[in-house]
Formats: sequence, C-alpha cells, structure tokens
Amino acid sequence: MVAKQLSVFIENRQGRLGEVLNVLKTNKVNILSLSLADTTEYGLLRLIVNNPELGKQKLSEDGFSTMLTDVIVIKITHQAGSLQDLLTLLADNNINVEYMYGLSIDGQEASVVLKASDLALADSVLSAHGVKTLSFEEIASL
Amino acid sequence: MIWNETKECMSRDELSSLQSARLVKLVDYVYHNVDFYRKKMQVLGMLPGDIKSIEDITKLPFTTKDDLRDNYPFGLFAVPQSQIVRIHASSGTTGKATVVGYTRHDLDVWSECVARCFSMAGVGRNDIVQIAYGYGLFTGGLGAHSGAEKIGAMVVPMSTGNSKKLTTMMVDFGATAIACTPSYLLHIAEVLETENMVKDIKLKAAICGAEPWTEKMHKEIEERLNIKAFDIYGLSEVMGPGVACDCEFHKGLHVCEDHFYPEIINSATMQPQTVGETGELVFTTLTKEGLPLLRYRTKDLTSIDYATCDCGRTSARISRFKGRVDDMLIIRGVNVFPSQVEAALIEVDEVSPHYMMIVDRVNNLDTLEIQVELNPQYFTDEIRGLEKLTQKITHVLSQALGLNPKVKIVEPQTLVRSEGKAVHVIDKRKLY
Repeated sequence: MVAKQLSVFIENRQGRLGEVLNVLKTNKVNILSLSLADTTEYGLLRLIVNNPELGKQKLSEDGFSTMLTDVIVIKITHQAGSLQDLLTLLADNNINVEYMYGLSIDGQEASVVLKASDLALADSVLSAHGVKTLSFEEIASL
Repeated sequence: MIWNETKECMSRDELSSLQSARLVKLVDYVYHNVDFYRKKMQVLGMLPGDIKSIEDITKLPFTTKDDLRDNYPFGLFAVPQSQIVRIHASSGTTGKATVVGYTRHDLDVWSECVARCFSMAGVGRNDIVQIAYGYGLFTGGLGAHSGAEKIGAMVVPMSTGNSKKLTTMMVDFGATAIACTPSYLLHIAEVLETENMVKDIKLKAAICGAEPWTEKMHKEIEERLNIKAFDIYGLSEVMGPGVACDCEFHKGLHVCEDHFYPEIINSATMQPQTVGETGELVFTTLTKEGLPLLRYRTKDLTSIDYATCDCGRTSARISRFKGRVDDMLIIRGVNVFPSQVEAALIEVDEVSPHYMMIVDRVNNLDTLEIQVELNPQYFTDEIRGLEKLTQKITHVLSQALGLNPKVKIVEPQTLVRSEGKAVHVIDKRKLY
C-alpha cells in the first residue's frame, strides 16, 4: 500500500519552518509525522499529513517548493529486532532504503515511513511476506 | 630608479609633440588596416588627414568592449595573423572571451612598460622576483614576467595556486620582490605569519595589481610584511599590466603616456572632464601594431594629474580607482560580469534566470556565492538530487566565469526582483 508524503524545500533561514507550519495550521492540515533532513544550505521537510493534496496546494500558493512523494508506511511489532528483520528482507531483495522515519507507537505496534529505491517492488515483497502496510485511511486514523 | 629617463621625464611639450606625431600615424594606420575603424570614420565623415595633433583626438570615435566582442576573435587586428606572435584573452560581457593579439614589437613595448613599473618599485637586476599572477591567457603572469626579465632580475615564475611552495621558495631563494594581486599577497602574509616565517623573508617590494585595492589594504600589506607595496594597472585590451604604476611617492599611477594616451570623459555626455575631475578613463594605444585601439573606454573611474611628480617623472598620474562605470566585478583577479551568470543560467532548465551574486573576502581571498532559484517543477525531495543539481550548476557557471563559485539553491520567488535595473550583486568587500 503506497501513501503520499508531502515534501517541502526550506532554506536555512530563521523562522522558515514556522512559516510552513503556519500555512498548514491555517488550512487545518494536521501533521501525523515529520522528518527534517538538513544540509548546511537548506532543509527538506517530509510530512505525513491528513490531507497532503490540500497541504501541497496551499504551500505552493505561498511560494514553497513542494511535492508529493510515494512512500510506504509499515506496521511492525514494537519490540527489539523487528525493524532489523524488515530491513534484512528488503536488502535480500536488493531494495535500497532512501530514508525512513517513525510514524507512531501504539501499544504493541509501531509504524515507520519508508522511501525505497524501488517502491513497487518493496510493496510487493513486503506483502508477500505478510508485512502489514497501511492505507491512507489507516494512517489518518492512527 | 627611473628605467627610461628620456621618455618618462621628457617635458610636457616634447611629450605632446611625440603623442601628436604618433596619433597622426596611428589614425592613418587603423584607417588603412582595420575595417571597423575605417567604417566608423567614414560614418563620421572623417579622413585620416583630419587628425593633425593630439588635441584632435576628441574627434575620433570611441571603442568599447562590445566592439571587441562583435569582432571576435581577430576582427580588430591590424596585421595579418602571421605577424601576431601571442594571444591573450579575458572575460567578455557574455559567453565569448575578449581576445587580444600582439606583434613582436607589441611585446617589446609591453616589457618596456612593465620594466618602467618594476623600476618605480625600486626593483632592478639584482633582485629576485616571484611572479605570482596566473600564467596563461590572463595577461598578468606573462606580462609581469617579461618586464621582470627585461630589467634583468632573476625571475621565479610561480603562477598561482600553491601558497606553501611560494612561501618556501620566498625564504629559500631570498626573493626580494613579488608581483601578484593584493588580496593574494595578504593571503601569503597570513601563511607566513602562521608558519612564523615573516622574519625569514628578504622581501622588500610588492608590485600588486589586477584588482582594485584600498589604501587600507596597501598599509596592511606594507606593515605585515615590512615591505613597500606598489600599484600596477593595466587591462588586456590596452596591453596588460604596465599601462600605469605608482612610484615611491604614491601620488597616483604614472601612465606610460608615450604609448597610451589617457583621457578622462564624462560617461554620460561622452565629453572630456576638466582636469582633476573624476570620470571614465579612456586610452588610445599610440604605438600598438596588433590590436591598435582608438579611445578605448576602460569603464574605470579615476581622475588625472599632469603636475610633475616628486620622483621627477613628468608623465600623467591617474588616481586610485574610484569605481566602475559598468557592473564588472574583479574576483580573484578574474573579470566577471553579471551578464555572464545570466547567460549561463539560461542554459539550466532547473533554475529560474533570477540570481544574486554575493562577493566577499574571507581570509583575504575573494569568495563568490551565486544564489539561484529552483524551478518548482524540478524540485526533488532527495538531498542527493539537490546536490547533483548544485554540482551541475556549479560546473556550468565555473565554465562560463573561469572561476569556481559556491552555488546556493534558494526557494522560488525569494530573490529580489527590483524595478528597472535589477540588483544582482552584493559586494561586501568595499574596494572603492
């Protein structure tokens, strides 16, 4: 199951992240998870939100470079080693992980957001091995 | 030390007669050998015979860098290619370089002029001179080199780029003079200080040029290295370094006036300024064979003083430069026009043609940052992709400019769009 991630280019300037969040707040776009990758010059804000299309539209209107990226949200058991098992599975199938970040922890279960070199292959490999990937509705209800 | 007393100290009257004779000959020469000038004079209804003395120079047409570009590469040369023995080139306002050519006689005149400059700096045959300008298409290296050889000094052709080797040889050889850009010399001073080597050097003079520098930098160089620093000026279109240089009295740069006739004009009205007023410096090459130029507009702002200098030289002196008429920048000795950046960026789909150049000086070395706006449709959320793009733009720009800028991708619509003439440059160096 493939989900949409909202990505935003942010210059390393004071207050810039706040401006992005303000646009989302004004338009009632709720953030479920985020990851901020930074370099010396700029940052890449990656968001899982309840309404990625609206978020993208409103941010673009305000002059931000944005895009929607396909990612997979995977549910794993909340215990030591489960993420490692998952990565081994991907590596055995020559799938490279571009980036990854945590989404939620809920009792016995946790979920992570993953961007892979070959997303379709990753999705099918995971499904074939009974790994649960979440639909957008499932993510929104977390 | 005066290299050529006959020429450098001749009375103003004698000099004027010499200039008149040379101008008359020059105008006849370009009329018959350069289509560009013949056509220009024909448009003005002029014949060579209309120019009878140096006072008539104001009747002649101007020449600009654009004229050199339009006649790229060899269109303004007055001699067949077989008589050209050397080519140099500098940045043009857009993609194409400005190409200049020299006959053997031109090279002789050039080394003569540079020899005068080295002599003004007190450098002679017993000196060991390190030439630390770039050797190659840039006129700095080979130009300074030939003048230093002419005076009989022991020349060390360092070129640029290896400060460690330069300082080591400076100490080991006991170099007594150096020719380089003033900012590079300050960098060298830093290297020497870090290595605690200032006490070991025998340097007494520096002949610095190829970029504007302030009185403050001049003092700083002299104090940090305990030497005398001299300002040498030139531009490839006219010849290269050695068009003018300051003497030990530092009251302006003596122009080699028997070869290059200076005028100061008001660049708005194109009329001569009153003596002493600041305006655009214009040169007519009185003796050049390969690429003779009538009234070449340097775009450099200065004023001129014809009083005899305390050193005894009667040649006109131009003041320290006060700025530029155009938007040319000199970065690490390289001429850079914002229009070159614009022309290069048009070739890159991923960015908009808006840009901002930020020039600064960090540890005495010039830095150039070029900010570009990413086109939203080319946005990628992978850092690898953005880094690849940065590298691509850096490559395109460094090819176009001849120096490596630091490229910074900024958000769309964030660079200033100014009304009318856009501001594309922030120069933090305060050179003028």
